Amino acid sequence: MRFLLDDEQSDFARSLDALLTAADTPAAVRSWSAGDPAAGRALWSRIADLGVFALAVPEEYEGLGPRPVELAVAFVELGRHAVPGPLVETVTSASLLTGPGLANLAKRFLPGVASGETVATVALPGGGPYVLDGDAADVEFVVGEGPGAVAVSDADAVSDADAVSEAGAVELWVSAPMASPRVRHSPRVRRSIDPARRLALPRAGGELLGTGPRIAAGAADALRWARLATAAQALGVGLALLDRTVAYVKQRSQFGVPVGSFQAVRHRLADAKIALEFARPLVFGAAVSMDPADVAAAKVAACEAAYATARTALQLHGAIGYTAEYDLSLWLTKARALRSAWGSPGECRAEVLGHGDGFGRLPRVPRDDLSGGGLRCS
Amino acid sequence: MDLTHSPADQAFRAEARAWLDAHVPARPLPSLETAEGFAAHRGWEAELAADHWSVVSWPAAYGGRDCGLVRWLLFEEEYYAAGAPGRVGQNGVSLLAPTLFDHGTEEQRARILPPMARGEVVWAQAWSEPEAGSDLASLRSRAVRTDGGWLLSGQKTWSSRAAFADRAFGLFRSEPDTPKPHQGLTYLMFDLRAPGVTVRPIGRLDGKPAFAELFLDEVFVPDEDVIGEPGRGWRVAMSTAGNERGLTLRSPGRFLASAGRLAALWHERGRDPFTRDRVADAVIGARAYQLFTYAAASRFLDGEALGPESSLNKVFWSEYDIALHETALDLLGVDGELADGELAGADRGWAEGYVFSLAGPIYAGTNEIQRDIIAERLLGLPKGRR
Ligand SMILES: Cc1cc2nc3c(=O)[nH]c(=O)nc-3n(C[C@H](O)[C@H](O)[C@H](O)COP(=O)(O)OP(=O)(O)OC[C@H]3O[C@@H](n4cnc5c(N)ncnc54)[C@H](O)[C@@H]3O)c2cc1C
Repeated sequence: MRFLLDDEQSDFARSLDALLTAADTPAAVRSWSAGDPAAGRALWSRIADLGVFALAVPEEYEGLGPRPVELAVAFVELGRHAVPGPLVETVTSASLLTGPGLANLAKRFLPGVASGETVATVALPGGGPYVLDGDAADVEFVVGEGPGAVAVSDADAVSDADAVSEAGAVELWVSAPMASPRVRHSPRVRRSIDPARRLALPRAGGELLGTGPRIAAGAADALRWARLATAAQALGVGLALLDRTVAYVKQRSQFGVPVGSFQAVRHRLADAKIALEFARPLVFGAAVSMDPADVAAAKVAACEAAYATARTALQLHGAIGYTAEYDLSLWLTKARALRSAWGSPGECRAEVLGHGDGFGRLPRVPRDDLSGGGLRCS
Repeated sequence: MDLTHSPADQAFRAEARAWLDAHVPARPLPSLETAEGFAAHRGWEAELAADHWSVVSWPAAYGGRDCGLVRWLLFEEEYYAAGAPGRVGQNGVSLLAPTLFDHGTEEQRARILPPMARGEVVWAQAWSEPEAGSDLASLRSRAVRTDGGWLLSGQKTWSSRAAFADRAFGLFRSEPDTPKPHQGLTYLMFDLRAPGVTVRPIGRLDGKPAFAELFLDEVFVPDEDVIGEPGRGWRVAMSTAGNERGLTLRSPGRFLASAGRLAALWHERGRDPFTRDRVADAVIGARAYQLFTYAAASRFLDGEALGPESSLNKVFWSEYDIALHETALDLLGVDGELADGELAGADRGWAEGYVFSLAGPIYAGTNEIQRDIIAERLLGLPKGRR
């Protein structure tokens, strides 16, 4: 038992932080929001060069992973710097295609993900109807219930030997022809409260990649990765909001003293610190166990902490915090958006208590499980 | 990042569990805030101590098992999961003992710790005074030099368990004219039944005599009962305060067990949709506290001192504890109004736990004071008008 990051992991966080600090990330965020992904894509490849996406990809597909703890380390930094793009979704796609029986899909898509070449986005059951940054991603995976009797455009691509689409069966589709990955049109984009999150409804049509229970199981697995990465990203967003606000209240004066010397201000920041510091071990604990309930708990705690910190950050900045011009808004709006992404607080809380027949399964956990393993208890 | 326990640690856990399974009283003991319950709890401490389970992290020479922080955490998880009784010796074990390990003499440790481990001498903390609460350094009780020792006079208050305890430890002003209030204080131990001591029990919210006022009139204390250097008591006391807020006062095991019982209650009561989120938050909070403590323990084992981070702990567990008990009472519906002892089975104990939890944000340094520490020492915010 040594529940701390090791030196290598801390160094990894520091290099990512240094890269992103030097990169003028806020400018990349703003152009991404305006529909111009060039700067964001450039940032993407530099992040990929540090190995971030390779952490989600198994070694046999030119990756380094899967390594959830290191991914969590990375996503805290990506959140701290408000990096735009379908970061969580790319990692989630990698996990989806790593499922059993999908080797040919993994071979086809994952090396590109690992190297940073492929920006992927995804929609899964339990994650809402939109694909994030559908206008900027190279490839879009959609898992959902099939309408039945659809034509399979490329039968070779279907990995399940007899993947005949049945009504109501779970299907995995890919769209966006790989031949022209950078050609995008964006009429499908729906504005998010966070302008850097460009939500789109999945494209119609595309290529059926697989169908059946395997896909359903893979999607459930991938949801854990989506939630873990979102939780880590939200923690990073919250930490950035706290840091920026602490710096601001030290320097902003009213009544002849720094605003940060007023107890009403200090105590709100102390509460933000407490919430974030107790979300942190949940995020890393979930990365260690990858138990669905642990992951859901981390998602609730990190998103709630980040959101509460956002409310505090806005209040303590006064009116300047309420403007789109000031960079604080890049984190403020993301904190709100991440709360709903990949499972609302309510859905994640239900997962914590265990579901099944109307979230009734609440096993009397053997004492062994009170530490180390899963979270559900009764 | 490793959450697995070594085979040796797991064996320790299994041994603890087996012992607890065989020894934990089948029926809960009476409340330890009553004379009868206090006596029953002393008996339980003695039973624990007979097999070296009362203070597992202490050196064997004083009745412990010499085991480290991780095993202490595992023991606590097992202890509360087994539904074992609350610890009547807690003030001594988690506040005075660490102080003696850091600042006491070998003679003091040998004399004081073994009977503390056996529950024969139960200790009370005598810090607060009627005019010295959050501003503890403004305390006025005096220690005056006399032949071979000191004479204590003054008034202490809110001393937990002092109604039935044997001895107390606290701070006294030994040099009245120092430039700063936290100078010239001496840390002493005294007998609650010594001549000159009057103990007046005070009923807490539910009327039980959970704490007491102490009136001291020239109470003699020999030199051997001074902890650390005379006049330097503040520093000694602050190390005790760190322990109080930090790792040891509220072990995660306690909250894991309570959250587990709450989730079970929710299940039994038809999975009430109105409390579902709060029940889930109780489970999440217990896990967060457990993992936070594991991280703190890992840092401690790496040689880092426990610093102002312990203030994060204190605010977290105290507010968590109230939320957990409030949720249980809400889940009980109209039965949530009933006082402790009116309910049985899984419904039992929540009312008393609730009353106890309400004091958490007040004692061990109020949460307002903790937030000031967090703001100044962890966030680097400027000091200001409080
Ligand atoms: C159940 C229980 C058990 C206790 N057990 C013991 C014990 O065993 N031994 C012992 O010595 N003491 C004990 N205490 C006393 C406890 O330590 C004190 O109650 C505590 O330190 C607060 O002091 P006070 O009650 O005098 O409140 P005060 O200090 O008078 O404070 C009143 C209110 O003002 C707030 N306040 C004060 N100063 C500030 C500031 N600078 N900024 C913001 N807010 C401020 C406080 O936070 C509080 O909300 C116990 C108390 C309780 C409730």
